Amino acid sequence: MEPFGIALTTLALFVSFGFMVGVLFGFFGMGGSFLVTPALLVMGYPARVAVGSGMAFVFGTAVIATLKHHDLGQVDYKLGGLMILGTTAGIEVGSLLVYRLEDLGLAGGVIGITYVGLLGTIGLFVTRNALKNDGSDDSGGGHHEAANDEIDPDAIPDIAKKIQSYRVPPMMTIAGGIQVSLWMVLGVAFATGLLSGFLGVGGGFIRMPAMFYLIGVPVPVAVGTDLFEIVFSGGFGAFTYGLNGGVDLSIVAPLLAGSALGARIGSAATSIVNEDDIKIYFGLMLLGGAVAVAFQQAGDYFGIELFNTVGFALILLSAFMVSGAVIYSTVATMRRQAETSAASAD
Amino acid sequence: MIDLATYSEPVQAGALVGAVLLEAIVLYVGYGALERVAMPVVDRLKHA
Repeated sequence: MEPFGIALTTLALFVSFGFMVGVLFGFFGMGGSFLVTPALLVMGYPARVAVGSGMAFVFGTAVIATLKHHDLGQVDYKLGGLMILGTTAGIEVGSLLVYRLEDLGLAGGVIGITYVGLLGTIGLFVTRNALKNDGSDDSGGGHHEAANDEIDPDAIPDIAKKIQSYRVPPMMTIAGGIQVSLWMVLGVAFATGLLSGFLGVGGGFIRMPAMFYLIGVPVPVAVGTDLFEIVFSGGFGAFTYGLNGGVDLSIVAPLLAGSALGARIGSAATSIVNEDDIKIYFGLMLLGGAVAVAFQQAGDYFGIELFNTVGFALILLSAFMVSGAVIYSTVATMRRQAETSAASAD
Repeated sequence: MIDLATYSEPVQAGALVGAVLLEAIVLYVGYGALERVAMPVVDRLKHA
């Protein structure tokens, strides 16, 4: 039986894989192109179809996750609009840098090392910071149900406080009532776009921590606003690849059916799970990704196909473990809340 | 049935993006409705 023109087992695989990616995407605002495109390449799809269908899938999942974050009051549209402007300019400059490096014959090596270094550094920084806060924070809360909730000043890292202290006019108010310089927002957007264009990735793993650490946006709002931005970048990417027949709806439709459910769960989990847990999972996933990409780069460099397969297996494994941990934490927190309310009712 | 192949490439690409957007919205609304129906049942089972 071949509904949608693909075998039933492939269909079930796409729906389950989409579910896992959806959980990560809704929870972290990243992980789509990171997982889907390599998976489609491994399954034997041509690069154009793997990248184009991956983009279309990321676009659809970002729409679903943004709608859910919108319902939770976790999207700052003004900030998102400005981030789109700065990121677009940064991507243009980043891609020019890649062309220049290609002329010099250095592109592959420099991009690979930067990618691994960046993933590993952000992963270590986020995990270390979250573990440090986890030990000193006894509140056990950390829920962020609305964008305009007052933020605990202790939750803003020192680096963000220092950057926010540079008050170059014009100033603007972002989620949580924080005042930041417009130039700071555009600067961060440009820098993250530059890295995104340089590395050829969606950039959620750079933008989300940059919004939190450099601008001071609360994590759930950083995720929601990042997803809002991905709606536009993913939509544009899908359109561009669609022009050349790179989008295959028989791949995108079942992936999206799974991710729609996963993204709802992942997005809702950001308002249930402790903020430091979010950061620990995010950091661990980046560290897993750094090791995996290092394997793939080494595989390409030395021409060892096994390293590429190990790298892909590591990406899948870390994604599976982190999405499982997100669901487990959500269920455990909800159960604790139910027990507490039942005990207080007695 | 509309034959997309007769249209220009930008129209075809736009229709593809539109189809993905439509599927995303339908799934969001559909799963939302399912959630509203399922949650009271789950709550009842939890407190049974």
